Amino acid sequence: MAEHSQPLVHRYEVPSISTQHGRLWSWLTSVDHKQLGRMYLVASFIFFLLGGVEAFLIRIQLAVPNNHFLSAQLYNQVFTMHGITMLFFAVMPLTSGFMNYMVPLMIGARDVAFPRLNALSFWLFLFGGIMLYSSWFLGGAPNAGWWNYVPISGLQFNPGHGIDFYDIGLQITGLGSIIGSINFLVTIINMRAPGMTMMRLPLFVWSTFVTSLLILFALPPLSVTMFLQTFDRLFGAQFFNVAAGGNPLLWTNLFWIFGHPEVYILILPVFGIVSEILPTFARKPIFGYTAMVMATFVIGFLAFTVWVHHMFSLGYGPVVNSIFGITSMLIAIPTGVKVFNWIATLWNGQLRLTTAVLWVLGFLVCFTIGGMSGVMLAVSPADLQYNNSYFVVAHFHYVLIGGSLFGLFAGLYYWFPKITGKMMNETLGKWNFWLMFIGFNVTFFPFHILGLLGMPRRIYTYAPGLGLTFWNQVSTFGVFILTAGLLVFIANLFLSLSKQGAMGVADPWDGRTLEWTIASPPPEYNYEHIPLVRSRDALWAEKMYGNGTMLNAEELDHHAPQGMIHMPARTMLPVLLAFGLFVAGYGFIFSIVWLDVVGLLITFASLLKSMFEVDRGSYIPVQTHPEVSIDG
Amino acid sequence: MLVSSKRRRGLVKRGALSLLIAVGLSGCGFDTTQSALNPAGTVAQIQARMITSSFWIMMVVSVVVFSALIVAIIRFRAKPGQKTLPPQTEGNNRIEFLWTVTPAIILALMMIGTINQSFVLGKIYPASQALQVDVTGHQFWWQFQYPSANITTANELHIPVGEKVELILTSADVMHSFWVPRLGGKTDLIPGRTNYMWIEASQPGIYHGQCAEFCGTGHADMRITVDAEPPARYAVWVQSMTHPVSVPPKSSTLAYQGYLDFASAGCESCHTIGGTNFAGAVGPNLTDLSDRLMIAANLIPNTLANREAWIHDPQAVKPGALMPNLHLPSNEVTAIATYLGTLK
Repeated sequence: MAEHSQPLVHRYEVPSISTQHGRLWSWLTSVDHKQLGRMYLVASFIFFLLGGVEAFLIRIQLAVPNNHFLSAQLYNQVFTMHGITMLFFAVMPLTSGFMNYMVPLMIGARDVAFPRLNALSFWLFLFGGIMLYSSWFLGGAPNAGWWNYVPISGLQFNPGHGIDFYDIGLQITGLGSIIGSINFLVTIINMRAPGMTMMRLPLFVWSTFVTSLLILFALPPLSVTMFLQTFDRLFGAQFFNVAAGGNPLLWTNLFWIFGHPEVYILILPVFGIVSEILPTFARKPIFGYTAMVMATFVIGFLAFTVWVHHMFSLGYGPVVNSIFGITSMLIAIPTGVKVFNWIATLWNGQLRLTTAVLWVLGFLVCFTIGGMSGVMLAVSPADLQYNNSYFVVAHFHYVLIGGSLFGLFAGLYYWFPKITGKMMNETLGKWNFWLMFIGFNVTFFPFHILGLLGMPRRIYTYAPGLGLTFWNQVSTFGVFILTAGLLVFIANLFLSLSKQGAMGVADPWDGRTLEWTIASPPPEYNYEHIPLVRSRDALWAEKMYGNGTMLNAEELDHHAPQGMIHMPARTMLPVLLAFGLFVAGYGFIFSIVWLDVVGLLITFASLLKSMFEVDRGSYIPVQTHPEVSIDG
Repeated sequence: MLVSSKRRRGLVKRGALSLLIAVGLSGCGFDTTQSALNPAGTVAQIQARMITSSFWIMMVVSVVVFSALIVAIIRFRAKPGQKTLPPQTEGNNRIEFLWTVTPAIILALMMIGTINQSFVLGKIYPASQALQVDVTGHQFWWQFQYPSANITTANELHIPVGEKVELILTSADVMHSFWVPRLGGKTDLIPGRTNYMWIEASQPGIYHGQCAEFCGTGHADMRITVDAEPPARYAVWVQSMTHPVSVPPKSSTLAYQGYLDFASAGCESCHTIGGTNFAGAVGPNLTDLSDRLMIAANLIPNTLANREAWIHDPQAVKPGALMPNLHLPSNEVTAIATYLGTLK
């Protein structure tokens, strides 16, 4: 639990007074949720750019039939890494970044429940990603698609090390996600400010809660199946070897039992972001709060009941396919409730069309289209035509880019002032939005048509004369618009960051939730006084019925010296622990025993040290108040 | 599914297609030789109908949702100088109930169609009701066996028009998926497992398809040709397959030389040719090869030059091909390619 609740016993164990550190040192040792949140955002944005370069290469390759810009071998690595990167190292950690930064602020806490575990999650994610990307230089990247189906990923058909990088790199990253999910669940249950009852939680916190539940139950099947494959490939086990009685369907089922909830892990946090932004800019409470919470839970539950719809063509027969077709369609009901509630939130409101709102509206349009094609996909007999075709590729890009990513952009424009203390440029923001919105639709709408015209996914080239050329060219053209939009975003990011001085406004959007009650960027301890929450939309309620500021809920901390706040201490242990696994990972991949030993020693030594270390935390001096104005 | 009359079906189908076209630039050529919306068989017909009807249901829903969204964005904007707050509505049970139940009813209708058609498409026809063909997926080609006629062939599936054909699917190595969109949706070929799908061509023609489950380097080049023939012509094909002309007379020197080279170069250790004692079982069966339209799993036309190019360097034609490059001298390549062109 949080170290700051521990009593002080011996004089010589009093917490250290926090001092200033060099930047690299502060990154390596930070346990501050905001610092880690920023690190998640930056690292995953870099991975996002790498995944984008891969996407660009794919579109160049497919611009004309019988193209040889990329070889088949290289193309297979590129599309595999594109999928893995975007799912595990771009969108998922981008959502983690916002969760990390925002959840403690939104529930009125000074940090997450387990700050060290939080740092550990980040470093595991980062080392897993670095490990996967190092495969490009160490004999080739994974090349069997992000599903990594067996037998094509088995030793017999794929003797290179790419697949081992997949199994072990993702294993390390996945461990970080599981640890992170526990951390968020405990944080949300235990660290809420007085008065912040569960049914007063902001919807972003609720979606973090449900997402964490999904991660907690969905990631272990992936870990298990990757372990099985690791045993097959490294130690000669036969879980998936048909000749020895193994079963490839074990992989497909375990993978999709993880894989479908994963889709909701990527979208639920964004539902939360949208549910924060719309009420703020429409100046109305979210419509149907209770229904929104329920819908999130129902989606989370149904997520575990639909996995076979990814493999209707696998031959499970009409009974199974009907059942999973029905459960898949059911998801449209709670999702529809959300969409209708969002529109109803706008109804009778006073909407301000800021860039963040534009992104949300773009999200609503594209996500609805993706939802529509999703219902079509659930019609299992028809799915036999869509399955593994570009129609599916169109569908998931609509929900993952048009849905998740647009929502994340909305979140970035919305929370950027809170995180950096600076506003993003709205004009560039609008260019950014429109270029990406148009570019996205020009790129991905033709995929629906390509799929119906008979183009399977994961082909490095296609024949002329099938009617595929034109739509592929339209799509490749769209990528250039999309890229232009992304460049505008990067320009906006750097211009806004380089603006001199903080704007010093706590609440630029006339916000509703707790994070807008404190300075931008917030001090390391977030709240000098833990706020007393008296209503849903806590700050808005104080603006409406109180004097516009939060009441103070905190009992005095008898142990803390005057003007100091007790916070968890910096530590190097999480990064060391993760680094040990990183080193050992290479040992396993290349069968170098001494490297395994060294890596695992580092990991277990750091683990033991953390277990037996008496950590008293540290004191942080309260900042002299910058003038916090609520109205902006 | 929900649309019953045949005329309406046709209209709906054309409507969906033209709408899709209208979204992009109209007026460009629209080739549908591999299109699921241009069905030429019973199964594909059922699926095209389901695709279009679910598409239109979704269009109706979209119109409702997007109209509401557009109205909300246009009507309920902040106006300069607005001092009062909007009504702080927190919800409305009646209207929320409405938009929970209405989608449920629409979906229930779609579920009925889904269940019905799942059982139609999922039916397995025994030999008494359908021609049985064993399909085996290989990296990166297809093997077709007709147990009733004792025929084994590769990459080009011959079927009689108007007759149900039960495909019995398995794989020799990794997972593949059999997909010929104009005849029907796909079913996977899985090692150690047997899958079934039926197709029925309603008009004669050549139908294209390709492997739809990622299977490795040659995945994109693992294509399918289905030749649906009127029963009489199909019977002729069966006749020629079961009575192959495979050993060239010594008078046609080059072809006969190729026949000898085929054995001496080692081709026979992998390939079978009916009517000879070449009986390898690793690569595609080459019986009656001159009748095939394409070679290399339907990648390039079956011409002498292409056969030479393929034998000379298979990986240059098709990356990842498992047929070894035997580095044969060009005169042997030409002889073998010529010989293969005589197989009837």
